[in-house]
Amino acid sequence: MQSVVKDRPMLSDHQLALKAVALRRRMLRLIHDAGAGHTGGGLSCLDILNVLYHRVLRVTPGTVDSPTRDRYVQSKGHCVEALYAVLSARGYFPEADLATVCRYQSPYVGHPTRKIRGVEMNTGALGHGLPICLGMALASKMDGDAFRVFTLLGDGELAEGSNWEAAMAAAHYNLDNLVAILDHNTLQITGHTRDVMSNEPLDAKWRAFGWEVRIVDGHDYAALTAALTAPHPGKPLFVIANTVKGKGVSFMENVGKWHHGVPSDAELAQALAELDAAEVKVERVALNALSSGAIQASALGSTRSTSKS
Amino acid sequence: MTEFRQTRQGYVDALIELATEIPELLVLDADVAKATKTADFQKKFPSRHINCGTAEQNELSVAAGLALEGFLPFATTFAMFATARAGDQLRNSIAYPKLNVKVAATHGGITTGGDGASHQACEDIAIARALPNMTVLVPGDYEEARRATLAAARHVGPVYLRFGRDTYPVVPALHGEFVIGRAKLLRNGGDVTLVSTGIMAGEALRAAEQLAAAGISARVLHYPTIKPFDAEPLLRAARQTRGLVTAEEHSIIGGLGEAAAAAILEAGLGTPLRRIGVRDVFGESGQAGDLLDKFGLRAANIAQAAQALLRPAAVPA
Repeated sequence: MQSVVKDRPMLSDHQLALKAVALRRRMLRLIHDAGAGHTGGGLSCLDILNVLYHRVLRVTPGTVDSPTRDRYVQSKGHCVEALYAVLSARGYFPEADLATVCRYQSPYVGHPTRKIRGVEMNTGALGHGLPICLGMALASKMDGDAFRVFTLLGDGELAEGSNWEAAMAAAHYNLDNLVAILDHNTLQITGHTRDVMSNEPLDAKWRAFGWEVRIVDGHDYAALTAALTAPHPGKPLFVIANTVKGKGVSFMENVGKWHHGVPSDAELAQALAELDAAEVKVERVALNALSSGAIQASALGSTRSTSKS
Repeated sequence: MTEFRQTRQGYVDALIELATEIPELLVLDADVAKATKTADFQKKFPSRHINCGTAEQNELSVAAGLALEGFLPFATTFAMFATARAGDQLRNSIAYPKLNVKVAATHGGITTGGDGASHQACEDIAIARALPNMTVLVPGDYEEARRATLAAARHVGPVYLRFGRDTYPVVPALHGEFVIGRAKLLRNGGDVTLVSTGIMAGEALRAAEQLAAAGISARVLHYPTIKPFDAEPLLRAARQTRGLVTAEEHSIIGGLGEAAAAAILEAGLGTPLRRIGVRDVFGESGQAGDLLDKFGLRAANIAQAAQALLRPAAVPA
């Protein structure tokens, strides 16, 4: 049950790195065009979503109605643009739909809803995702441990008491099919979490609540994959993914105003230029590794991604 | 001699009836199973009863998660906590995604008794009624509560069910077919209309008797469904009788009285209306009967309001 996706070849780190660039482009354009969105948090959680949807979750557009698919509920619903970018790139709905996000009469509302293919549950009010996933994980257990359930939480969100009600209950019910990932970028809407409402020590807190805790670099594909796929028998799993708010765009990284900031035309152009450069670098690093004999061509993956989407 | 029974017992007896027929049915509770009576269900079906602890927000979200997976959860707790403590979950994780969750609230209204205002939910109907997609059922005695529960289980979509804590008089007039969204004509009459929900049905029928003794013919309409609101029989009564008195064991704000008043005015009618209910105050401790007296929720109060309506001076030209 804990195994990674078996119904398709696992993408290499190199391929994921290329996809990460493409997803960032897609998300930034979306937010720019919509004139609204959560840029900083979206960029910080994109690599987590990239790993989830390409390596961890046993779900594809073809199995989205299967009772045994893995479930993902994005509790930090305000970062819906990152989710829309990943789902559209994975083929759940056409990329062209993204032009309607937040628009009048569009089903692509500014927070996730079940009306969108691939979205399991409406979220947006913080502190709902984990307890909902707890219910889904209980259902999975009653159905013979049919699937795993994942949720993504934000730092500011952890101040909502409902998370801690669910934390207690998940351990009580020994839900080892439940995974909560914290997008731990340490910033929330008005500033640093340590200044707004300190939530450390997080690892000790979740361990004390009876959870298995793993701490990883939230931008490291291999580390995320390992943390999200290794079994955690008898306990729910809390993954503290250390991330950088605004990751991938120099002038957005660790800058609080990008929590809800929308890039101007010039800022978008600058961000896209940085992403182009990042893509070139990903390719160059791979070619150097190949030519020096450090890796085999197979390590880059069976099909090279050239997506500019 | 009038028989007294609990509406919450009617609820749980229905759940036990339904358990075999509907294998997906689960009962959730927030560690008040003895008080809500779901302990009776738990004894018979222990693996289908989930005690979420004293954590109602979690309880309602867990119910949402279970409903997403095809289960039929009856999330049970006190009305106070189902609508106020877990109001965000009721709204955003049940009503908004229109999930097939039944939220069953006991201890609704002033007759919760000794616990006092902290536990006497007199605004729960208003909260539940204001939520899109939510069906709101307020049965009036044991048998109607049982039938309302059976109907809720077969209805697809979120339902708020409201029961009381005390024992309440059995009202045989309520025991006909229960159809969600349909009001019940309990007694015909041509002078005035008494409109009840929940346990006020019995008081309204007694009020009609008192009015008959005074030579006034009172119609009694009962609304075990507050939403969707069955406006048609109300509007007919507003046209055919000279006034209406609504009666609810709930705040006069946001419940049956306001639903009725809005329907009448929006139909372009100006039929005079009086609301019997808790008049924007918190409750207090006491026996249920004493509290019904104190807060003016008795047959005599309804009859008095009806007589006041019919006095010519009460209706300005």
